[in-house]
Order: sequence, then C-alpha cells, then structure tokens
Amino acid sequence: MSTRTLGLGGVLLAVLRREVALAMRQKGEVLTPLVFFVVIASLFPLGIGPESALLLRMAPGVLWVSALLAAMLSLQRLFATDYTDGSLEQMVLSSTPLSLLVAAKALSHFLLSGLPLVLMAPVLGLQFGLDSRSLGILMLSLLLGTPTLSLIGAIGAALTLGVRGAGVLLSLLTLPLYIPVLIFGAGAVEADAAGLGANGHLSLLAALLVLSTFFAPLATATALRISLE
Amino acid sequence: MTTRAIHWFKFASPQNFYGLAGRLWTWFAALAAALMAVGLWISFFVAPTDAQQGQGYRIIFVHVPASQMSMFIYVVMAFWAGLGLAFNTRLSGMMASALAPTGALFAFLSLITGALWGKPMWGAWWVWDARLTSELILLFLYLGFLALQSSIDDPRRADKAGAVLALVGVVNVPIIYFSVQWWNTLHQGASVSLTRAPSMASTMLWGMLIMVVAFWMYTIAVALVRVRSIILERERHTEWVKHALE
Repeated sequence: MSTRTLGLGGVLLAVLRREVALAMRQKGEVLTPLVFFVVIASLFPLGIGPESALLLRMAPGVLWVSALLAAMLSLQRLFATDYTDGSLEQMVLSSTPLSLLVAAKALSHFLLSGLPLVLMAPVLGLQFGLDSRSLGILMLSLLLGTPTLSLIGAIGAALTLGVRGAGVLLSLLTLPLYIPVLIFGAGAVEADAAGLGANGHLSLLAALLVLSTFFAPLATATALRISLE
Repeated sequence: MTTRAIHWFKFASPQNFYGLAGRLWTWFAALAAALMAVGLWISFFVAPTDAQQGQGYRIIFVHVPASQMSMFIYVVMAFWAGLGLAFNTRLSGMMASALAPTGALFAFLSLITGALWGKPMWGAWWVWDARLTSELILLFLYLGFLALQSSIDDPRRADKAGAVLALVGVVNVPIIYFSVQWWNTLHQGASVSLTRAPSMASTMLWGMLIMVVAFWMYTIAVALVRVRSIILERERHTEWVKHALE
C-alpha cells in the first residue's frame, strides 16, 4: 500500500486509469454496447423500409434512441463488479469523498461507452443519408449528451445494485429520466436541418450536463451507501 | 425543545401513528364518500350540457381531479421521502410507499379518462400533446418507484432507495415537463390546444371543485389505511401488534 496521499485530481486520474485498464482486459465490455448500437440502428431501416426521405427524417431520433439503449446496456456493470469483489466497500470507507469517486467512475463510463458511440455515430448517420453538417451537430449533441446519460444512469445503477432483476429495473428507472436528453439531443439535429439553428438545444444539453455533474454524484453516493448498508 | 414539538414527534412512532390513523381514516373516508356523492350528482344532473362538447365533457369531473392528484401525490411522496432520509424516521418511508400506488392509479385513471374524452372530441384516442406525454412519463416514474421498492426485500433499504429515486424524480419532473412542451412545439403546430381558458358555468366549476376535494379525502383515507397495513406487516414481531390484533 502506498502512503502517498493523492490530491483530488490524482484520485480522479487513478480511478480513470483503473477503469480503463480493467476495460482493456475485458475488451468485450467496451465493444458489445458499440456493436449493439450499430445493430439497433440498422434494424430501423429494415423495419420501416428503405425510403431515403423517411429515413433521413428519422435519423436523428433513431440514432439517439439507439445510443440511449446502448449506453444503458453497459450501466449495470458500472458498480456490479466492484460490488462483488468488495472494492466498492473500500471506496465507501475511504477518506476520499464518495461522490468524487462516483463522478470519476461516471466519467470513465462516458469515456468507455459514450465516446465510442460519438465516434461511431457519423458512420451510421451516413447510412441514413445525413449530410456532413448534420453529422457534425449529431456528434456534438452526443458529445454533450452522453456524459449526462452516464451521470444519471449511475444513480439507477447504484439503486439497483444487488437487486433482483436489476437489468430490467435499471432501464425502467433511468429511461424516463433520459427523456430530456433525448429530446434536446435529437432536437438539435432536427432544428438545424429546419434552419432554426442548433445553439438553443446544444446550450440546454450543456445545462443538463452541468446540473447532473453537480447533483448526480451526490445522489449516486447516497444510493451506494444505502445499497451497501 | 417545546412541548408542542414533542407532541408532534410522538406520532413519528409507527405504534402511535397506527392508532391515530385508525381514528382518522374513517372520517376521511366518510367525507370522501359524501363529497363524491354530491360532486357526481352535480356533474351528472345539475351541470348544464356543454354547448360544443355535448354530454361527453362530463368526464372532466373525474379527469381533472385525477390528473391533479397524480401530480400532487408525487410531490407529497417526495416530501415524505426527503423527511425519511433527513430524520431517518421509519414512518416517512411507509407514508411514501402508501401513497405511491394511489398516485400511479390516478395517473393511469387520468390517461384513460383523457383517452375516452379525446376519441369523440379530437377523433383520436391519443395525441402526443405535451400534457398527455408528461402524464405518461409521470406514470412511468410511479411504476419505476413501485418496481424498485418491490424488488428490494429489506424494507428499510427499499424505503431509502425509493426515497432517493423519488427525490431524483421530483427534481426531474419540471425539466421533463418543459422539455416535452418544447419538443411538442418543435414537432407539430398547435393542432390541439388544451390551454384555452374555458369560460365555465359556475355549477360546472363547483362540481369540479367538490370532486377535487373528494379525491383529496379519498387519497388521505386510502393512504392511512394502507400505511396501517404496512405498519402491521413490518412490526408484526412486536408485542403491541400482537395485542392490537387480539
């Protein structure tokens, strides 16, 4: 054990490093949600038909809903492995504020599941016929929105820790809370395509991100303490 | 601490509250029954037929109180949840669990009556109007709360987890409401407006007000009965419950 004391930034980095290292040893955990994202988005044209005008109109919504589901798929593992091997209890007991550790874990969840979605989205967007300007706004909206998804999802993951049927329950708890992000995220692309400009939507996404960065780690920390009682 | 405060905290104990709730609920139930009888009588026989909507409008006498209560109960639930987290009182969590099914029921009732009203008036069972959508999401929030509580075996943990969820939900409700409203205006023009201030005949207004109060009384009575059952269930190992049931 090292006696070196870490500053808050050091703790943040240490948690990030650990999460990334763990994910790199289990690459499937990062890749599966990404593949899921691609598969779900590809199912829509098959269900709806290949009409390009219709697909173009639906693209932002379809891609955002797929991203929402993909981000949620990996949420359950956010705390589950740490819970089973006992390291979560050490985090709760440590002198570092739990909400900071939680924020670091949410950030790592974004880096490992949100960011790949942001990078993959333009490829899928091309399949739906979005032009480069819309693709840029789609990426920007996902970049602002997916961290919020990770932060809000962390609350749900903490509440359902070690609970019967946690997977389905998690989606029932978090999906209604994701609705504002979905509306402004998909709305940003549509508003820009309609000539209204995406600034308003993107600002609101950023506002949601700021709000959830402040409140969600606190709520998650409380929920974790309750789950570990 | 003043004597008054002690007096109030006395009822934070489930044992004391059990007795109080037992004395109170019959009064609230009687009030609910009486007011509902008067309210329904006014809404069916006294209130005049609407000039545009005919007889079909009469469903609002149930619809409006139901939707109001569904929203209000969520706030009350979150209030009890917050109180339970702050003071670690067992009764607060029980009150939140006792209110949730009634809230979900009213949200559901409001959606059903809305659909029944919408079909003849708008020609559609469902439109993606901002209010309808928010009410639907509120129902989802209630269902999430109920599902979370029912899947946790330890009642204290279920109470606290539910409390966190209710507080997160109550912060989100206004955000969801406004985002849905904005989404609605972006996607479709105001094809259907619910917000036109209706000039209501005063008997209609009275009928509605009486029904609102009746729904309040009903909610309080049902919550008290339900909290009594929850108390009995959770305190079943104690001496006083054995005596109370004899």
